[in-house]
Amino acid sequence: MLAPERIWWKPLGRLEKTWLTVAFVWCIFLTLMMPLWYFMGKQNVPTETYKISGADFSAKVNAFVDQYKVGEETLNGVTFPVVAPPAGSDVYLRASAWQWYPILQLEVGKTYRLHLSSMDLQHGFSLQPVNINLQVLPGYDYVATIVPTSTGDFTVVCNEFCSLGHHTMVGKIIVK
Amino acid sequence: MATLAPTTPWTAGAKDDYRVCNVTTLKVDMHTERLIIANAVMAVVTLVLGGLFALLIALTRWQAIHLLDATWFYRLLTLHGIDMLVAWIVFFEMAGLHFGSTALLNARHAAPKLAWFGWILMTIGGLMVNGVVLFDAKSIVMFSAYVPLKAHPLFYLSYILFAVGALIQVITFFINIVVAKREGKVPGSLPLAVFGLMTAAILAVYTLLEGAAAVVPAFFWSLGWMQNYDPGIYRNFFWGFGHPAQQVNLAAMVSIWYMLAQMTVGIRPVNEKFSRLAFILYLFFINLGSAHHLLVDPGLSFAWKAVNTSYAMYLAVLGSMMHAFSIPAAMEIALRAKGFTKGLFGWLRNAPWGEPGFSGMVMSMILFGWVGGVTGVTIGTEQINMLAHNTLRLPGHFHATVVGGTTTAFMAFTYYVIPLIFRKELKLKSWAKWQPYVYGFGSLLVSLGMITSGLQGVSRRNWDITFAGVVPGTVDLTLAIFGIGALIAVTGGIMYVTIVLVSILTGPRVEPTQMLLLTGTHNPLLESTKLTDRDMELPKNQPKGTLVLVFAFLAWFAIYYLTNWWLLGRTWFIR
Ligand code: HEM
Ligand SMILES: [Cu+2]
Ligand SMILES: [Cu+2]
Repeated sequence: MLAPERIWWKPLGRLEKTWLTVAFVWCIFLTLMMPLWYFMGKQNVPTETYKISGADFSAKVNAFVDQYKVGEETLNGVTFPVVAPPAGSDVYLRASAWQWYPILQLEVGKTYRLHLSSMDLQHGFSLQPVNINLQVLPGYDYVATIVPTSTGDFTVVCNEFCSLGHHTMVGKIIVK
Repeated sequence: MATLAPTTPWTAGAKDDYRVCNVTTLKVDMHTERLIIANAVMAVVTLVLGGLFALLIALTRWQAIHLLDATWFYRLLTLHGIDMLVAWIVFFEMAGLHFGSTALLNARHAAPKLAWFGWILMTIGGLMVNGVVLFDAKSIVMFSAYVPLKAHPLFYLSYILFAVGALIQVITFFINIVVAKREGKVPGSLPLAVFGLMTAAILAVYTLLEGAAAVVPAFFWSLGWMQNYDPGIYRNFFWGFGHPAQQVNLAAMVSIWYMLAQMTVGIRPVNEKFSRLAFILYLFFINLGSAHHLLVDPGLSFAWKAVNTSYAMYLAVLGSMMHAFSIPAAMEIALRAKGFTKGLFGWLRNAPWGEPGFSGMVMSMILFGWVGGVTGVTIGTEQINMLAHNTLRLPGHFHATVVGGTTTAFMAFTYYVIPLIFRKELKLKSWAKWQPYVYGFGSLLVSLGMITSGLQGVSRRNWDITFAGVVPGTVDLTLAIFGIGALIAVTGGIMYVTIVLVSILTGPRVEPTQMLLLTGTHNPLLESTKLTDRDMELPKNQPKGTLVLVFAFLAWFAIYYLTNWWLLGRTWFIR
């Protein structure tokens, strides 16, 4: 609080040096973990993105549903198509206030290219209870290459506030 | 407010309209005093609003109680974020900047009129945004107002007024420093605390400009003058403002830690170079942090995210770890020099735990570092963010930093501002003794409850998680921890506000006579000047206890961080 002595540029003490070195090494470790995991890890943040208009994305979703629809299911009073795309294919999930469309049916251990986009506001793709979370923006086609490693019914919660019905925005992914 | 009438006549422009504080021996310009009071009053007003909303939304998220309906929950959540994170903290910081740029330098306030103009703009902006969100359902957009969610144009205008006002007050900080230098009030370097506040002020300028880049186009867009506003670009600018704004809080809080440590324990910085370097690391490396909020956004490459989030090799984190050593070390040396040299922690046992400035600072440091810092670095790691983004782990993290850390420190500091600046006797002293513990403990439970709920996938900003039908039963438990913590923290908040109001609204104006509020009549601030180089270097005064503490911290940090990688490794494959 008070003015320092005129000359305060002094060498560091022994304990300070010790801590500074250890802390610095730790920071380098923190930094290196990310590229390390990027090359070795199985869970990385998707980066593949395309600009797309809502209408174009919607057209792709509809074509996708027509091609691979296997049934229907009701979720919170709304009937959704259940769509079972083949392994390795492009899979579409459309966010709009307040729905995830359609219901997807995937196979465990197979790879899919999951396309996410929004028709209106920002939404949050939150796959539960797996707990994978991604941001979904209008105008962007965000492609996540995923491999489900567990079976069962999974819920897609919207976890970005998307106006007053936000908490009702719940979708479904079935893994067999 | 009649009780705040100045004792010296208002003679705008007079060069020597000051009083000498007989506790700190500092000169206080009466303009500074009034500006500090005005900003502090608005800070407390907005804290009361934000705290009331906190109680209501917390009782809603505590699923067993679920108090409000959805619309009111989202409305008050929007206002809680704004009143707390923006208004309370920034008003308080403005008070701190006026203090640092004049009183701590024995200098005058060189631009009081300009500062008042800034304060007025901030006040209008702050009150207006509350009105807009309360009365216009369309403006329930959260404080982040993500495009294309469109609020009323007045919403954005309030933000702009507030930010311009803040910018103006920050500019008077620099004017004061320059004038003080020119008038020969600063013969050598700036005191460390002022140096830290200057870091905060520089960051604030940068932050507010970037905020303008996000919000001014949003204002035009809401008026229909602009057709499209890319949501990705908005997010980038918004967090270019939102994240560095947290570093302003950080730098201000650390400066307050140094001040409280000097006022209550009489520290002398162990090594000025070390501490100043740590502030400089904030300045240079923290601004890259906006990427934190965009880690799982489309359209950005791994390299961009990783470089930006690693703060160019976590050098800002290094800055915080340096302060985490240097402040406790300075306290340890000061206490050891008083003769408390027994064992590793004898000095800690003999620290003034009953002094709110000390206990508040310690609470703040523990919550900020051990909870907020560790969780923040972890969820700010590119890949790990996938597990945490927009879950309750996020508010869990920042309720440790900005609530347990910054707010607790600011509250503790207020208790000294009341006698020294308001020149009122501090009332309800026994409450003041306990308040930091109550508030700190409540915040700790709030944070832990949120973090553990978030770990189980519970999302933030969500009125009713049971809709999803996926929440495990253990969430009831973690949300109950959170809810009970909220009640305790709100109690601590009410204690604080009561102490402040009773002190400033009742009783006569008195000249302060002593530094410490509860633990004695000695004056640690003046004692600190008597610590000699020999005291600092004596082997028995060396901060060995602190070294043990920081290594324990590092161990905990490593455990938490590595556990999260392990958790990530168990989830679906994704690329
Ligand atoms: C009495 C203590 C407090 C309690 C019980 C409390 C409670 C809460 C709750 C329940 C939420 C909503 C979480 C969610 O659903 O996403 C929240 C959000 C938030 N709180 Fe607090 N809070 C407290 C103090 C503070 C303080 C002092 C600050 C800032 C200095 C603060 C800043 C925020 C912010 C920025 C948000 C996020 C708002 C948003 O998501 O838009 N809180 N708080
Ligand atoms: Cu949504
Ligand atoms: Cu939503």
